[in-house]
Amino acid sequence: MAKELSIKDLEKKASELRIAALKAISKAGSGHTGSSMSLMDALVTLYYAGGAEEEDYVILSKGHGAPAQYAILADKGFFDKSELDHLRQAGALLQGHPVVKIPGIAVSTGSLGQGFSVAHGIALSLKLDKENQKVFVVLGDGELQEGIVWETAMSAAHYMSNNLIAIVDNNGLQIDGSCKKVMNVQPIRDKFVAFGWRVIEVVDGHDFEELIDAVRRARAEERKPVCIWCHTVKGKGVPFAENKVEYHGVALSEEEMKVAEAELKCN
Amino acid sequence: MANYHIKLEGELEKQATRKSFGEALVKLGAKREGIVVLDADLSCSVQTAKFAAEFPERHFNMGIAEQNMLGAAAGFATRGKIPFACTFSVFATGRPWEIIRNSICYPNLNVKILGSHAGVLTGEDGASHQALEDIAIMRALPNMKVVQPADHVEALSVMEKIVDDYGPTYLRVLRQGTPLLYSDERPCNFEFGKADVLFDSGKGSGSKPGKVDLCVFATGALVGSSLEAALKLTEEDGKKVLVYNMSSLKPIDEDAILEGAGRAKVCVAAEDHNTIGGLGSAVADVLAGEGVGVRLVKIGVKDAFGESGKPADLYKKYGFDAEGVYKSLRSTG
Ligand SMILES: Cc1ncc(C[n+]2csc(CCOP(=O)(O)OP(=O)(O)O)c2C)c(N)n1
Ligand SMILES: [Mg+2]
Repeated sequence: MAKELSIKDLEKKASELRIAALKAISKAGSGHTGSSMSLMDALVTLYYAGGAEEEDYVILSKGHGAPAQYAILADKGFFDKSELDHLRQAGALLQGHPVVKIPGIAVSTGSLGQGFSVAHGIALSLKLDKENQKVFVVLGDGELQEGIVWETAMSAAHYMSNNLIAIVDNNGLQIDGSCKKVMNVQPIRDKFVAFGWRVIEVVDGHDFEELIDAVRRARAEERKPVCIWCHTVKGKGVPFAENKVEYHGVALSEEEMKVAEAELKCN
Repeated sequence: MANYHIKLEGELEKQATRKSFGEALVKLGAKREGIVVLDADLSCSVQTAKFAAEFPERHFNMGIAEQNMLGAAAGFATRGKIPFACTFSVFATGRPWEIIRNSICYPNLNVKILGSHAGVLTGEDGASHQALEDIAIMRALPNMKVVQPADHVEALSVMEKIVDDYGPTYLRVLRQGTPLLYSDERPCNFEFGKADVLFDSGKGSGSKPGKVDLCVFATGALVGSSLEAALKLTEEDGKKVLVYNMSSLKPIDEDAILEGAGRAKVCVAAEDHNTIGGLGSAVADVLAGEGVGVRLVKIGVKDAFGESGKPADLYKKYGFDAEGVYKSLRSTG
């Protein structure tokens, strides 16, 4: 494991990575700004705070949040940072949604719900091979509306797949509006509990202390799959985009990018 | 010039057929109370938001749950409604395919499936979001009709016909604008099972249509590209070219295919879709079935997934823009 980063260091790292992800999206002129910001701190917890071991799997079932993971993988040296300048362009390595040809990406996602199911298959396979790795899989709250999510939840509890840790990026929004209004998925905790999961609630999904503690507890679970239910802010870190459904899938303009960068640098 | 039918000078005005669909839906919704619209969290992208605002009681956002959306559509149709189930083509046809098969096509229910963002023209979102096999998998279903309008005017005409027609139908529309081909001078009157000749530089002056070097069967965005390519081939290379708009992919106009092929040295099928199972395969079936021994060249995505990129860049890369189609046609015949 790399040397421990302090909470301050993690916050600084997350800000840098936010800037890198936003710049990539902005340069591409297309991509999911809000969605990439809400899950960033959970990913930083996994990749930089010892949340995930090197051999663990980190899968974005909400594949449209890919720029956040791409920024991290570039920072970690999986591929050259210059690849971020070509995101979503013809012939580029970095596709709009994760694909296994990209170093560091284990599962091709983009069609919501499926990454969760694949993640559980990997978890089952690890157990079969008597391997200790964990499988982390990040889902959107809107994504939970897909039927396959609940088929997966059922089977993971059935097989007592305690090596499967789902992180629900509960930012309250999807594309057509708030999840409550479009198709209510709450109560999320009760649903997962009823399906046989252990649920760990993270009240502030951007607080590293809380996130680190939640992941530590999830790793220690011995019988059940674990859902880390994270309350997050869509667009987190970009004040004018925070909690705004309009910023779900649009790139920041050059002007907006400057403002966002200045904001993130003062944090 | 009279033979060319379609105005092709200068920058052509464009509109995305998904917008035309959204417009038509509101207009028809006012006239037909039986129309209900089901969405899967993409109402802005697939242009159903206007219908939702206008007729909120007949709009159902099912959330990100395409299988349930199609199942519910079957339920609405069971009670005589005209449900439109709308999302991106990949998620409209692929995710709920078996539900479409068993709960919609098997009982022959009047469900209309709207798939937007088809083909590599979808652009930046990349392969996971670019439907390239939707025509194939919808065409294979008994009772299902498959339609892809080439422009705005045709999309409006298609919608009029679709709501009057009975039975499951897949309507394929596009994210990006395509050139306006039809106009008051060249109106569009879409009919299921009918192809439309949009260009014919081999018509000749006599009563019998003359031979052509190339007969192009095109669908969707490739119609515009094929027309521009045909014009250039005619004017710069002295070739004789015939171009059909194949908006009705199923039922397909067998007579038109046989007539066009009968006049041509080489046939071409052009589509933003996998070359397996789409328009090219449908044309090949007709030709082979009738024992027509003409060569058929397929322009399309050759058994591959798409990729991210700006739509125009991808059209260039895949040879789907006018220049690309021109090059393919010139090297063909
Ligand atoms: C199967 C499927 N249907 C629809 C989409 C289109 N889509 C992409 S993101 C999105 C909304 C996701 O909302 P949520 O899961 O809450 O993620 P957030 O962006 O809020 O983190 C939708 C509908 C998709 N990618 N896959
Ligand atoms: Mg959300």
